[in-house]
Amino acid sequence: MEANAQMEQHSEAIVTFDNVVKRFGDFTAVEKAHFEIGRGEFLAIMGSSGCGKTTTLRMLAGLEDPTEGAIYLDGEKVNGKATWDRDTPMVWQSLALFPFLTVQENVEFALKMRGVGKEERRQRAEKWLEKMQITEFANRNINQLSGGQKQRVALARALVTEPKILLLDEPLSALDAHLKVRMQAVLSNLQKDLGITFVYVTHSMSEAFSMADRVVIMSRGQIEQIGTPEEIYREPYNRFVAEFLGSANIFDGVVQGPAGADGWQVAYEGGETILPKSELPDGRQGQKVTFIVSAENMQLSLPDSGQPGIEASVAGEEFIGGTAMVFLETAGGQELKVQKSHDELSLLNLHAGSKVVVHWESGSCHVLPGENK
Amino acid sequence: MGNENRIINLLLKLHIALCLLFIFAPIAGSFVFSLNSDRFPSLPLGEFSTEWYRLIWEDPLVWQGFANTVVVGLTVAVIATVLGFGGAYTDFRYNFTGKSFYLALALLPPTIPVVIMGLAMLAFLSRVNLSGTTISVIIAHGVMCSPFAMAIIRLRLSQMDPDLEAASWNMGGNQWQTLRYVIIPFAKPAIFAALFITMAVSFDEFAVAWFVSGLNETLPVKILGFLQGQVSPRINAIGSLAFLSSMTLIILAQLLLRSPEDKK
Ligand SMILES: Nc1ncnc2c1ncn2[C@@H]1O[C@H](COP(=O)(O)OP(=O)(O)OP(=O)(O)O)[C@@H](O)[C@H]1O
Ligand SMILES: [Mg+2]
Repeated sequence: MEANAQMEQHSEAIVTFDNVVKRFGDFTAVEKAHFEIGRGEFLAIMGSSGCGKTTTLRMLAGLEDPTEGAIYLDGEKVNGKATWDRDTPMVWQSLALFPFLTVQENVEFALKMRGVGKEERRQRAEKWLEKMQITEFANRNINQLSGGQKQRVALARALVTEPKILLLDEPLSALDAHLKVRMQAVLSNLQKDLGITFVYVTHSMSEAFSMADRVVIMSRGQIEQIGTPEEIYREPYNRFVAEFLGSANIFDGVVQGPAGADGWQVAYEGGETILPKSELPDGRQGQKVTFIVSAENMQLSLPDSGQPGIEASVAGEEFIGGTAMVFLETAGGQELKVQKSHDELSLLNLHAGSKVVVHWESGSCHVLPGENK
Repeated sequence: MGNENRIINLLLKLHIALCLLFIFAPIAGSFVFSLNSDRFPSLPLGEFSTEWYRLIWEDPLVWQGFANTVVVGLTVAVIATVLGFGGAYTDFRYNFTGKSFYLALALLPPTIPVVIMGLAMLAFLSRVNLSGTTISVIIAHGVMCSPFAMAIIRLRLSQMDPDLEAASWNMGGNQWQTLRYVIIPFAKPAIFAALFITMAVSFDEFAVAWFVSGLNETLPVKILGFLQGQVSPRINAIGSLAFLSSMTLIILAQLLLRSPEDKK
């Protein structure tokens, strides 16, 4: 599988998905998932709604059984093993805290189910309440807590058995932006301190990319790419990933012939560019090639500068902190985006409808391997 | 609020007033006459008296009926609530073909006319040599009351986040532990409400009990016996007490069903 080729080899995997398929009736929710999760790794599973993230997590937790394939947990095949016999606690999207128990009782729950004695339960729960800084709420009812406090209770409750792996299903989706960032830091530090494996499901790119060691990108049950955030950002595997990340311009071109010793001359609608040979080692004339140029690697010039490139007109602008994303439209109707600092843009003095020339260094082109097989 | 229609408002208030009047006037009347010294209910009232209460207090027949009622009521409440919980949890937990048919069947008994129910019960219970025993009343009332319990508990379970159950399994609780430590605690207010309501229904139920009770009459059946014998203000006294106990049970149930999350 493509995903396989990109799979980073971890010396020791705590979880292995071996061609796992999950069907609900005729509907395939997860298709041939094949990957490993390293011990102590922070893995994020990202994708749009309904792509099978939760189903993947639930199979790992033992709440759903795979239709095909095998899941190994700590070297043991766990297909058919009940969730209560695994130690794969989950932090739920709905949090699923017990409303009829106090904070302390919620945290003690997993220990109680395992038959741990009262005194030991109390001590171990208190340790986690303290770690999550919610000791003062120990005797409160769940519905007397704020969103962030509930979040911490859910974490303490899941971690109280000191598991080797923690599963998190969009735990921060209900929080406001500010709290989200704070909880991201809490989670990140927690994972580093404990050194345990986190499997974190989210549909937020910023959450996945800021916290995870590796990211799995899913779409409609398929794994599209697995890699570190840098890898995925710089070298998206296919059109879906590039579009999902939303920061690159995608071009469909045709190889015209060699350009010098280490490049290919490629024509696309509206212009020509040179692709480095390293991106397309076994190219040949007439081959179709899909490549991307990220928005921040695009250059803008005024038409009278004589710079060769694609002519386009400005459609609009969007502020992104210290930079702006300029949206352009070419004569051929293709939409392009270019990210530039405000200073640079003010020199060009652009407004809606302005004509510009877009160009880039050949080194900033990246061929999408998944589209060029 | 400016957009309320005055006439509709007035009519609604009138409607409520009439309802209350028709429901409570006879009860209030019987309560007033139960404390009246006159033998026949007539105006003007005679002197204030607790004579009739003293008489029923001293009547062994009333005590016997009352004891039967309490024994039947308590047993029925427990049985019906257990059955109702089972039905409600089955509905919550499992999906199977024919489930809606099963639910319709389980909730059916209250819609059967009581006379038919009573006759059927009598026919059946006498076949198995149980008619005329306290057990027969318990069986008949159990059948009639469990749908109420099921409806109440089902409503509560439908408010439960299904993730709670899965979370409990995920934290090492097997199905039994989860039932005991998650489902039952969550449904607890509804379970108590079901106990009180089924007890109240059994207290008040007359027709079926009349068919199957034989010599072990419950209080409502006893009251009919009194009425057939002679008209006595004792009936008013018993009625007032029965009303008080039923109301207490229903109010307790209502309090329990009122957003249980608020208290703890
Ligand atoms: N028990 C089930 N029965 C039938 N279909 C299901 C079941 N559980 C999930 N699905 C379907 O499988 C697909 C994947 O669901 P899943 O919950 O894994 O998505 P998700 O990626 O977690 O989405 P979201 O971001 O919205 O939570 C969805 O189309 C969903 O409708
Ligand atoms: Mg989900």
